[in-house]
Amino acid sequence: MKSKAAWVIKRYGFILLFVCFIAFSSLMPFAPGIEVGRNFRLFFLEMAVILPLMFILIGLFDVWVPREKILRHLGPEAGAMGILWVVLLAMLQAGPLYAAFPVAALLWKKGCSVRNVFVYLGAFSTLKIPMLAFEIGFLGLKFSLLRALFSLPVFIGIGYLLALDLKNRNFAVKEPR
Amino acid sequence: MIGLAVATAIVLALSFLADRGRTLTGLKKGAKMFLNILPALLNVLILVSVFLYLVPPRQLTAWLGQGSGWTGVAGAALLGSISLIPGFIAFPLGAILVRSGISNMVVAVFITTLMMVGILTLPLEAKYFGWRVSFLRNALSFAGAMLIGLLMGIFL
Repeated sequence: MKSKAAWVIKRYGFILLFVCFIAFSSLMPFAPGIEVGRNFRLFFLEMAVILPLMFILIGLFDVWVPREKILRHLGPEAGAMGILWVVLLAMLQAGPLYAAFPVAALLWKKGCSVRNVFVYLGAFSTLKIPMLAFEIGFLGLKFSLLRALFSLPVFIGIGYLLALDLKNRNFAVKEPR
Repeated sequence: MIGLAVATAIVLALSFLADRGRTLTGLKKGAKMFLNILPALLNVLILVSVFLYLVPPRQLTAWLGQGSGWTGVAGAALLGSISLIPGFIAFPLGAILVRSGISNMVVAVFITTLMMVGILTLPLEAKYFGWRVSFLRNALSFAGAMLIGLLMGIFL
């Protein structure tokens, strides 16, 4: 039982401390603490809506999509078409970049190549359709299209560079535990 | 956001109809992955909340608004790399900057580094890719974002 408590404290200690700090701040009242708490709530809400949905999809993806399919279409032998598929997959998604990491880990586990994992991250960060719609609304079609157009070769290049660097390094995307 | 919810609901329903047991296995797997990353994620959100308090968007606008030219670009790159601002704040902010006469290059560099580089989320990224690769990806993305900003400055 003792080791279990230690485990909880190690994992959630910082968060518990933070929650205490926020509670203390609103009692005092301590304005900076209250404002930090408000920011946290904003991010927490974004996370609390998007991430559970993402992880439901990831879990289903895990049980339904066979490894050989991913290996064939996104794997090391897949060629340029693999890039097209990961970019399209990334474009259909929503959420902050940290929501893409678990998807990348799953793709990797199913046989996606190193290059395509990082192309996926690049496309996710710069070309998500919901985000593009928002960008067009505020910064205009020309700005958004040009930015997307310039981003594409840049993140594909980054994918190639990272794959080259990791070629002989025994690289693996880990599942955090 | 609503699109994602609807898509998830449809996929979940179809999956349930096709194979109940497999769907449950999938949901369990997803929940486990979520719980495994949750502490690291919450820690990053705390960091970001503190950062956003120290550097609120209006402060950001003031800083970005001061420098044009190379100091502006460097400042935008730095701020964009550190900040983690959701799109619903970042794009309106960009629009304000453009309207107040800040060059497209500065705005593009800020938006692109914001999207591609995440210094505050490095601890989270490192859990998946390791520190070396995470640093490398962010460094390359930083260089890439500068390049994109430069091209935007030339062509827009």
